[in-house]
This record gives sequence, C-alpha cells and structure tokens, in this order.
Amino acid sequence: MMSMPTHTFRIVVAKPGLDGHDRGAKIVARALRDAGMEVIYTGLHQTAEEIVETAIQEDADVIGVSILSGAHMTIFPKLFGLLRERDAGDIVVVAGGVIQSEDVPRLQEMGVSAVYDAEQPLQALVDAVTRLAAERRVRLGL
Amino acid sequence: MDVVEGIKRGDRRALARAISVAEGGGAAPLVSALFKETGRAFTIGITGPPGVGKSTLTGALVTRARKEGKSVGLILVDPSSPFSQGALLGDRIRLSDHFTDPDVFIRSMASRGHLGGIAGATGDAVMLMDAFGKDLVIVETVGVGQSEIEIAEVADTTVVCLQPGSGDSIQVLKAGIMEIADIFVVNKADHPMAGQLRREIRVMMTMLDWQGWAPALVMTQATAGEGVDQLWQALWSHRAYLQESGELRVKRASAFAHEVRNLIVGRLAGAVDGAMAAAAVSGLMEQVADRVLDPYAAAEQIFQRFDPKAPHSPGARLAPRVRATVKGFHKASETETAHHHKMIV
Ligand SMILES: Nc1nc2c(ncn2[C@@H]2O[C@H](COP(=O)(O)OP(=O)(O)OP(=O)(O)O)[C@@H](O)[C@H]2O)c(=O)[nH]1
Ligand SMILES: [Mg+2]
Repeated sequence: MMSMPTHTFRIVVAKPGLDGHDRGAKIVARALRDAGMEVIYTGLHQTAEEIVETAIQEDADVIGVSILSGAHMTIFPKLFGLLRERDAGDIVVVAGGVIQSEDVPRLQEMGVSAVYDAEQPLQALVDAVTRLAAERRVRLGL
Repeated sequence: MDVVEGIKRGDRRALARAISVAEGGGAAPLVSALFKETGRAFTIGITGPPGVGKSTLTGALVTRARKEGKSVGLILVDPSSPFSQGALLGDRIRLSDHFTDPDVFIRSMASRGHLGGIAGATGDAVMLMDAFGKDLVIVETVGVGQSEIEIAEVADTTVVCLQPGSGDSIQVLKAGIMEIADIFVVNKADHPMAGQLRREIRVMMTMLDWQGWAPALVMTQATAGEGVDQLWQALWSHRAYLQESGELRVKRASAFAHEVRNLIVGRLAGAVDGAMAAAAVSGLMEQVADRVLDPYAAAEQIFQRFDPKAPHSPGARLAPRVRATVKGFHKASETETAHHHKMIV
C-alpha cells in the first residue's frame, strides 16, 4: 500500500540564465505532457538554487534544463552540487537546447543523463525522459 | 525513506514524497500516522475563473503572510489532459519570489481526472502540510467556470476571485459559487469596469439570506500588491468568526463526514466493478444487449448477489468502450483509474 506506484512521471522544465525566450522549453513541455507526464513549468531566469528547490518540493523524477546561451558550463556544476548537498542526487538531469557538440562529453561527465539539441526529433527526447524516469523509479523501488 | 518520521522532523523531501504517495492512492497509512498532528493550520481556498489572477494573488498573499512570520504551504491545482493523462502545471511561474524560502512549500498538483476543481488527493495533501507544521495552507483551484465547488470541503475559508468585464457576476449566480464564497475578491481593480462588477456583486449579495457571516468584498490589484492588506484582514476576520461562533468545528465535522462517505463509496465502486466483470463473464450483460433482460432487472440481479467486501481487483474492471484513440496517447494506468474512482461519485 505504502509504495503503490503512480506511473505518472513528474518533470520540472526549467529555463535558467538570462536569455529572454522560452519557446523551445514550452514546446518540450507540451510534448512531455502529451506523452502522459506531469510537467512543472517554472518560467524564465531560474537560478540553480530555485531549480533544485522546485524539483524537491515537486517530487520530480527528472529536471529538464533548457539552455540557449553558453551558460550551461556554469549552471550544471552548481545544480549537481546542490542536488548532492540536499540528498537529492537521485533526481535525473537532462539538458536540451543549443549545445556545442564538444561540450556534450563534459556535461555527461558532470552527471547530465541525456543531452538533446533542437535538431533531434522531439520524440527521441520524450523517449529518453520516459526511460530515465522509469529506471529511476525502479532504482528507488517506487 | 520513512516519510512519517521525515514529516515530523520537518524534512521537505519527505513531505514531497508523501504527497506523491497520496496522489497514487496510498494516503491511508500516512493520514493514520499523522492525523493527531493535524487541525492546526488555517486552510484557505482560492478559486475563480481561468486567468482571473488566482496565482498572482496567492503570491501576494504569501508575501503578506511571510511578513507576519507565518509559514505557508501551497497546493496549486491544474487540470490533467483527458487525452494523455499528462498535465502542464504552470501556476508556479507567478510564485518565483518564494521558491527558495525555507518556510514556503509549493506543490503543483494535476487534477488527474477529478472534476471538482481540485484533485482527489488535495485534501490529503492539505493534511500532510498541516502535519508538517505549516501555519497557512493555501489551495489554488483549477480555473473554474461551472460548479466546481469542492474547495469549500477542504478549506476553512473560501475566496472567490472575479474579474471585471467578463460577465463573471452572471456566472457566479448561475454556478452556485455565490454560496461557497466567504470572501469575494474583485481582482484587476485597475480595470475600468471594476466598479461596476463591485456593484453587481453587492446587489447579488442582497439577494441571499446570510446567516452568521455575510461574505466580505475586497478589491485587489494583485500585480501591484494592492488590496492585499484588506484581503489579509478579511481572511483573519473570517477565521475569528469561525472560531468564536463554533462554526469551524461544525464545518470541519461536515467535511469529514463527507470525506468518510467518499472513502466508502470509493471502496464500493471497486466492488461494483468486480461484480460487473463477473456479470459480464456469466453472460448477463449479453442478455441485456440481446434485449432479453432489461437493465433494471440486470442491476437487481447483480445487487442481490453483491458483496461489498469483495476485494477490489483492478484487473477485473470492465474497460470503458473506447471509440477512438489518439495516436501516441495512451490509456490511464490502473492506479490512476482506481484513484479516480476513490474520489469521484
Ligand atoms: N491588469 C491586471 N492584471 C492582472 C492582475 N492580477 C493578475 N493579472 C494578470 O492576469 C494574468 C493571469 O494571472 P494568473 O495569476 O496566472 O491567473 P490565474 O487565475 O492563476 O490563472 P489560471 O491558473 O490559469 O486559471 C497574468 O497575465 C497576470 O499578470 C491585476 O490585478 N491587474
Ligand atoms: Mg493560476
């Protein structure tokens, strides 16, 4: 009874940094909703601290970080540092947006589970998020 | 993770997980373990049509509450998609000032097919936040237009928000929202038609016979924080009225009775599904389809053999006849359906 599975995956879609539009993030959010997920959309200009607190309170399986500018090399170390500090390292982090391909291995090294650029089909992102969320639930026995 | 101990310790991750468990239909052991810790929070419902400014106003109220040093729990309900069962939960956008305040806990919640303007697990989540020690628990409902008035079962004080120039006052009259309002807010007071809406509400209020508490009427401009002090005051006046008149206990007793009834109905619904599945297997429903047996007689036969304590096996449910499926969308999971049952009716 206690650990009845919900099967409804929850994902926080965040748009950190200063660049001003979130069209891409909204398209992704809608695609994830249409795949049956509960998508918590937090708006523009989120700090790492705000993203982590949101993910904790929302009991998110996944944090999806949308990046347009080159800000990712500073946001991700902060994000992972805070997740570890708050005992929330089990929350999966994926990145999407405009990311130079030479940055991808470094992001993965930091702990980003999947990286998507706008060129790839949306369905690939949806599939990856679904798989990562399901694996996390299994790992945690949820 | 022992979420009960975690909640008693003030661990936010435990509270977050507990709410998810409640959403999945597993609230019973949590509520049993924590019920004695509940009943202290002031619970407030914020309801009204889509886009009226509920989230903005909620944000302004949180700022006001924090100025008084009160801790706040928020439950922001948005609808689930009936097609995918997914949801886009966007109320948080207007609450970003409070994201990192350790004394504010914000939870977005999808309605998951529940129709009353809140989610099936909203009441349980309120209790969990209350047990966690929040001074105020504020619930923002789905943007409602019709008679989604269930919030009044969950909240001590219900705030109905309306906006000028939208024909809202007519809606309110039609939908029976008038009767659940402890406080009316005319938001977007900066709108030229605000004065007119205020007069309309005044007139409507004279049409009902109020016993004890007549709803307060507050003008706000949530985006500028204007009128929020007056709303804050109205909330505490109503609170004082509830306590001094003994109405609070009466109100909560009736809400609990309603909840207990719903829990029983939910269990019965499971047994009914089992009986229906058995009836289908035995060919009874075929007879109805062939017009050999009429629906009333079939129901009577099933009812005579009905065992309310028959264990609920979701697998035995009759699936509703699906007329069309949208490509890429999938059906509700078993637990969601069971949950749906527990709450509706
Ligand atoms: N002019 C004016 N606009 C306002 C006021 N309060 C809110 N708004 C705007 O109204 C829009 C909707 O505000 P929300 O707070 O999201 O409304 P809501 O009722 O929570 O909306 P849903 O949750 O979608 O039903 C936003 O663009 C707000 O900025 C106000 O007092 N005056
Ligand atoms: Mg809202």
